[in-house]
Amino acid sequence: MIRVILERLGQAVLVLLAVSAVSFAMFRFVGDPVATLSRENATVQEKAELRVALGLDRPILVQYGAFLSRTLRGEWGISYRNQQPVTKLLADRLPATLELVLVATLLSLFVGIPLGVVCALRPDGVAARLIQAISLIGISTPTFVTGIVLILVFAVSLGWLPSFGRGQTVDLGWWTTGLLTASGLKALVLPAITLALYQLTLIMRLVRSELIDVLSTDYIRFAKARGLPARYIHYRLALRNALMPVITVTGLQIGSLIAFAIVTETVFQWPGMGLLFIQAVSFADIPVMAAYLLFVGLIFVVINSVVDVLYAVVDPRLRVRAG
Amino acid sequence: MRKPMNWTRAIALGCTTAMAALASAGASAQTMRWSAPTDIATLDPYAQVESFTTSMLHHVFDPLVRRSRKMELEPALATSWKTVAPDTWRFELRKGVKFHNGNAFTADDVVASITRLLDPGARARGNLATVVSATKVDDFTVDIKTKGPYPLLLNDLAGIYIMDKEWMEQTGSIKPGNISTGVTTAASTTAMGTGAFSVESFKPDVGTNLVVNPNWWDKPEHNLKRIEFKPIKSDATRVAALLSGELDMIAPAPLQDLARIGAAPGFKVIEEPSLRLIFLGLNHRPELKATPGQKNPMLDLKVRQAMWHAIDLDTIQKRVMRGKSRNTGTLVAPPVPGFSAENDKLLAFDPELAKKLLAEAGYPNGFKTNLNCSNDRYINDEQICVAIAAMWSRVGIQADLKTESRATYFPRMDKGEFDVYIIGWATLPPMDGFSVLSALITEPKDNFGGSNPMGYVNPQIEKLTRDAAVELDEPKRRAMLAEAMKIAKDTVAYIPLHTQPVAWAARAGVDVPQFPDEYVRLWFAQVK
Repeated sequence: MIRVILERLGQAVLVLLAVSAVSFAMFRFVGDPVATLSRENATVQEKAELRVALGLDRPILVQYGAFLSRTLRGEWGISYRNQQPVTKLLADRLPATLELVLVATLLSLFVGIPLGVVCALRPDGVAARLIQAISLIGISTPTFVTGIVLILVFAVSLGWLPSFGRGQTVDLGWWTTGLLTASGLKALVLPAITLALYQLTLIMRLVRSELIDVLSTDYIRFAKARGLPARYIHYRLALRNALMPVITVTGLQIGSLIAFAIVTETVFQWPGMGLLFIQAVSFADIPVMAAYLLFVGLIFVVINSVVDVLYAVVDPRLRVRAG
Repeated sequence: MRKPMNWTRAIALGCTTAMAALASAGASAQTMRWSAPTDIATLDPYAQVESFTTSMLHHVFDPLVRRSRKMELEPALATSWKTVAPDTWRFELRKGVKFHNGNAFTADDVVASITRLLDPGARARGNLATVVSATKVDDFTVDIKTKGPYPLLLNDLAGIYIMDKEWMEQTGSIKPGNISTGVTTAASTTAMGTGAFSVESFKPDVGTNLVVNPNWWDKPEHNLKRIEFKPIKSDATRVAALLSGELDMIAPAPLQDLARIGAAPGFKVIEEPSLRLIFLGLNHRPELKATPGQKNPMLDLKVRQAMWHAIDLDTIQKRVMRGKSRNTGTLVAPPVPGFSAENDKLLAFDPELAKKLLAEAGYPNGFKTNLNCSNDRYINDEQICVAIAAMWSRVGIQADLKTESRATYFPRMDKGEFDVYIIGWATLPPMDGFSVLSALITEPKDNFGGSNPMGYVNPQIEKLTRDAAVELDEPKRRAMLAEAMKIAKDTVAYIPLHTQPVAWAARAGVDVPQFPDEYVRLWFAQVK
């Protein structure tokens, strides 16, 4: 067990190093920082001085080392555009994105799993066929189209929900939440559905196919032969086993949801990290871009490691093999 | 809904109207909620040079002189001025003006503000490039000294906002911020001005709220209590938020949605041609980037004329710009000094003549060139370039079109990496044709030619520009500008295309005057 965890940590460090190298390369090669930082009519000497002040005259490896040590100390510089430390900007935007991703994940699990079960238990039923057909739409429609259609229906035509923003938020000091006010909750509905739709259909299809597989295995047949109640077989035995890959996928998807949130946040002007990143790209705000990349990389690595460990906990076979 | 309409349309739009009516009745009657695609960059007026941020901050700060409803310069914090020497202007200041914190406005504030802007660390330093110093004469008189005679000082000052000296000292913001170098002060996120509104809250990407300043020195022409500005990046969402009644106005409104918004009952589209002129820059250097080692065909005037004659501006105006742009033959828009109707005459669209000119220049089969365009800076910039590449291919000019985001496009343009490239110029903030001459058509040296990377030089224009820079006789100066513009046209320094439109959309109860400089001036807004 401990070896599994140690191996995982080693891999995680390697991946983060690779991501940091890419972020560093962005600093170095997406245009010359001296050109963007100096005044319009700066002299050659002024530029050379700025180059020394920024440490850009040192060998690349030394600069990379310095970048790593700054990153480890959490010094990510100041955003060119927002005029605030990048760490503070990310911390300000993190709650908005995490709340959106959390709600979207819950939504996709609580809707996706039951739908998947329905489809697996009565694969030829009318409901199953209908759900299958609709899920195709969910999986093939681009996020921004879904978002705009939802806005047109629920904000413009029906006028039930707001079309943009996060509504009223409550500041808890270290976290701002939209979950405690009516307008905050209303504002969350459309973005969360938009973000959840793809994952929801994915989970539904996964549960369906896994459950159908498990239901055709020998031990389920023997359980039926023993006369165990159908409810017990379906939910205690079969579903539990079918949920194994769902845990993995959900975990991994949280990472991609944070990344996918870029599109959803842009469509709904949701003030999260994705919107911050998009604004940073259009203004070549490199400190923010680099920090976002590293941060998302970190989230992916942490989630992957946690999922692997959880896997060992849920599946006794992995535990035995590793121990 | 006064005019009769058919049933289906009425039903389809009924919800929208009802909703809009409800929402507007629900919000307090004198709140203006509006949206633009970009956010303000900072609250520090000297830390940035973006025209959108500058226009927003004008609600909070006043300059010494400002633009009236008719875009003419009029007294603001200064009541009168005169030149006491060719390089020295004396300004009498308005008495009884208070900052939002109650501090009195005096000559010390003007001197501290201008000194702050003249600091080498200020990003907006260039907006007052010719000013050397500001000195206090008495509490309500200030002298501003320029490098030699300078006719455009008032134009420049109209974009320079006055900050409170005591407040800057208290908050440690007496030195300017700079969005390029990341220098921040208290003035980056808070603001202290004398303007018609004061800042209540500023949250990047979420919104900025302003409240009316009850002690404003001027008689308000608006009826607003509050301004709620909410940036919305996505065009479709911004339009939807207007139609659903969550906003009172959007500026700009996307061209493709104007018809839809105009047809929706309870909403209107406000349009005006803007000052921003779109044109093509040309490579005037010995070689083209597309064909290194060979002579640049564009060095031949006939080739440049052929390129111009081959562009069907009417089609671009009708198809790409949906009839909203105004085609032009010169480099400044009609309201700007330096414009002349004679220069504005269009060159005929004539592909046969273009082919003939190319053949006479020795390129009967045309030639190869690069064509670089931004895809997110000007209205439909990418489509304009696609259309031009197709039109040129009909006369044999093979343009290799590449488009990219403005974040990478403009640094590359400044480095001179293009052959043919799209560029827009609005002559802002001075709103004068001199800005085109001094930045785009003069040789890059001693503060001239800052945006002329591709080597266009004409000795006559050089002389006219330098003479106009110090000419204080206005009619004479304007004649010089027009003459230089004529030479630029005759020698095809650039190929002018059109002025792009400003289009806003608003709820029917909103009355906001529109200006060709695209500034939103809500101190003229009436909201019912």
